[in-house]
Amino acid sequence: MATKQSAKVNPYSAVGIVAAQSLGEPGTQMTMRTFHYAGVAEHVPTGLPRLIELVDAKKEPNKSLVEVYLKKEYKGKEAAAKALAKEMESVLLPEVATVQEDMASRRIIISLNENDAKALGVTIAMLKEGVKKTVGTNKVEHRGNKLKITLKDEKETPLKELRKLTGKLSKTLVKGIMGIKRSVVIKEKGEYFIRASGCNIKEIIPLPKVDPARIYTNSVMEIDKLFGIEAARNAVVREMVSVMESQGLSVDIRHIMLLADAMTADGKVKSIGRHGLSGEKAGVMGRAAFEETIKHLVNASIVAEDDNLVGVTENIIVGQTIPIGTGRIKLVMNAKKK
Amino acid sequence: MATAKTKSQKKRADEAPEKAAIYVNGNLMGFHPDGASLAARLREKRRMNELNYEVNVFHNERTKEVFINSDGGRVRNPYVVVEAGKSRLTPEIMSKVESGALSWEHLVKMGVIEYLDAEEEENALIALKEEDITEAHTHFEVLPSTIFGVTSSVLPYPEHNSAPRITMACSMAKQSLGLYAVNFNHRFDTRSYIMYYPQRPIVSTDLYKSLRLDKKAAGQNFVVAITTYKGYNMGDGTVVNRNAIDRGLGRAMMLKTYSTEERLYPGGQKDKIEVPTPDVVGYRGEEAYKHLDDDGIVYPESQLSGKEVLVGKTSPPRFLEEISVFGVVEEKKRESSLSLKSGEKGCVDSVVVTEAPSGNRLVKIKVRSPKVPEVGDKFASRHGQKGVIGLLLKQEDMPFTKDGITPDLILNPHAIPSRMTAGHLLETLGGKAGALEGKLMDGTAFSGNTEEDYATVLKAKGFDEYGEEWLYDGITGQKMQVKLFMGPVYYQRLHHLVSNKMHVRSRGPVQLLTLQPTEGRAREGGLRFGEMERDCLIGYGASMLIRERLLEESDKTIQLVCNKCGMFAYHDYVKNKDMCPLCDSEDVSSIEMSYAFKLLLGEIRSMFIFPRIILKDKA
Repeated sequence: MATKQSAKVNPYSAVGIVAAQSLGEPGTQMTMRTFHYAGVAEHVPTGLPRLIELVDAKKEPNKSLVEVYLKKEYKGKEAAAKALAKEMESVLLPEVATVQEDMASRRIIISLNENDAKALGVTIAMLKEGVKKTVGTNKVEHRGNKLKITLKDEKETPLKELRKLTGKLSKTLVKGIMGIKRSVVIKEKGEYFIRASGCNIKEIIPLPKVDPARIYTNSVMEIDKLFGIEAARNAVVREMVSVMESQGLSVDIRHIMLLADAMTADGKVKSIGRHGLSGEKAGVMGRAAFEETIKHLVNASIVAEDDNLVGVTENIIVGQTIPIGTGRIKLVMNAKKK
Repeated sequence: MATAKTKSQKKRADEAPEKAAIYVNGNLMGFHPDGASLAARLREKRRMNELNYEVNVFHNERTKEVFINSDGGRVRNPYVVVEAGKSRLTPEIMSKVESGALSWEHLVKMGVIEYLDAEEEENALIALKEEDITEAHTHFEVLPSTIFGVTSSVLPYPEHNSAPRITMACSMAKQSLGLYAVNFNHRFDTRSYIMYYPQRPIVSTDLYKSLRLDKKAAGQNFVVAITTYKGYNMGDGTVVNRNAIDRGLGRAMMLKTYSTEERLYPGGQKDKIEVPTPDVVGYRGEEAYKHLDDDGIVYPESQLSGKEVLVGKTSPPRFLEEISVFGVVEEKKRESSLSLKSGEKGCVDSVVVTEAPSGNRLVKIKVRSPKVPEVGDKFASRHGQKGVIGLLLKQEDMPFTKDGITPDLILNPHAIPSRMTAGHLLETLGGKAGALEGKLMDGTAFSGNTEEDYATVLKAKGFDEYGEEWLYDGITGQKMQVKLFMGPVYYQRLHHLVSNKMHVRSRGPVQLLTLQPTEGRAREGGLRFGEMERDCLIGYGASMLIRERLLEESDKTIQLVCNKCGMFAYHDYVKNKDMCPLCDSEDVSSIEMSYAFKLLLGEIRSMFIFPRIILKDKA
């Protein structure tokens, strides 16, 4: 109990500043070191670039990746893992087939390249399945190794659609899971797992061999979409800690947790900076002091915004004591008591 | 030239792929079936003096190109020619040289000495010494120490020091105080330093003598003992003998030239050099002008300090004034005297009254201030071993030897191992041997006196051959527990003097616009309490301290604010009332704020945004 009490932070402590300093100081050391690693090819960003990526709350990381573990019954079975990897890996239509346009008869002819198809385990049926999804209501005929798509009459679909459709077909998924590329099977602790680029865990989880409890991705946004904000918060913390550990720096996890809390507090992942946290500060002067001063002042004047001087920066600008630490304590006299 | 492919080089590759291309001063002249033999033959002709010695030939085997250069601007270096593993400088030739029958020019013409440029050097294999010659060598160095540049050739024993320390020693030698010019008395440099008693080093080099640096030395031979003493020489500090300093060790003077000019103004007005009268605007009081002669210029040799005036000067007013009631234009003059910079002290060395290029009267005054070494002044040996004075210790408290020798400077032993400046130690030995024998020692790279030379001298003079001595503690008188390494080392005083850098401020001038303290030593400024420093105080939660730093100690003002409209109000002294300029209200409060904030609100108003200050009682 005594230890727990001593670990507590004093009331009105400037935990945010301390967290920022505690993360920022090792950050300066990281800059100096990461430049030495420049030029390592095909590598998931670590160190400062990755840290910036996390703090900026990017839609998708520079190199997103998934790690898929198999269910307990497949433990130690390399063949099963390899099969799953092959199953997951995405194959797009141009990889296995060629597309020809026939303007005169308003048709598209797709012919399967048998060698490529065999190597990637694609059949004509799979191709037809994928094509049907993109083509929609247009008619698809199947003849030998060829698929024939005939556009509906002039009124419903103009000829322009033909071009559009060929464009769409080149991005059509024939096999596997969208976005999953370059998978590798890795053995660790007597178990095989798959590491691949991409982050489409939503479609990986339902696969029968996959252990849904142990799937991993480095994409915070994907986790937020699928599992919600609490999971995203944990993801931010985990990623940050792993970056710090990989650099051999020790930062108290509570600083990182505070940062993650601040980023996720209102239900969506926000970035640190003018598009996120700092841009949503309560006071006009606080925002103006950070970035885009004039923009904030002008916008505030349009709606006659008040600044109630709640923040630290605002009070420093005005020249008052800041509402933190000593400045937060107030003495109130109890007038009733005698 | 050898690397960049020019147009003509590409052309020749197409035309004659097997033959070597010949370039003369960069232009393609033709082709030759065997580039190597061509280059060899040309060199042979040059050595026979059939070809001018300024011609250099470079054969690039890889690209099959021969470059023959005779143009200007190539840096060239002389070497002794070696043929078939034998020097062309034979003993017979050498004896003729010694007798004076042959000169350097003769040797060059005979092909004994040959100048190589940077390109031809690529074809040569140059031995450092004659003994190192093998069959493969083509040349050897005339003097091994010439592999060093001008600045580093002046340092003793560079071959015993680590390269970074040599670099540092070179750059510090440029900062040393000495006798920079013999005519310094007649010069009016903006700022210069002269050492009172410069000495030539006991251990010097060949180039040092050739450059005649001993005639304008920049340093003194300090007796240096290596030990820790009283803890005042930690981390590149040094303990220095105060009595030695009183005897003139390291003493220097700073000469600074101040100048002013009688300037002409549009409208025919003119500055006037004179003793300002009390009616001049900005009159500084009688005291400030006490050193001035009747012509408004200081007496030479008068002692000045603080902001005392060197040249009294008055200028016409900045703006034309209204004609006074009596109808006469009463020109009020403005004070614009030249005065000594604040915090400086000195004596007027010489005064010159001349004419500026513009034709105006120009006065130049040279002020001399003695700079006695004090705690914090910087010194350095010629081995990149720099340090500041950490303590000035009375001679009686310094350690002493049985002969009564006390060190001038005590160097910390920790300064040696990690920096690997063995040269410093060797110089100590050399200095000691030289001082005992009454001889100057040679520390030239690769050829100077050796440790053994010094050891024999020291032994012969009855000293420890390794330069160590028993010393006695100056305070307790007890014999020290170990022998100390001691001897004279040439030390330079560097021009980083505490008296030119020291700066404090508790109160002082503020900037006109922001009312915040000024910046910089010259303006008696404060030290900026920046954003990151502010963040640290926030981190501590020390909000009262932040307020004090950023407001009370900076640009605090009291402003009147209208309670109704939130605009800045003013005090009407006629009606003796506080008034709001906007709503004519008299309901006004006085508020404490930073002047910068007041300015900010003003700037916001200038962009047509009206900020109101809405006041509330503090709950």
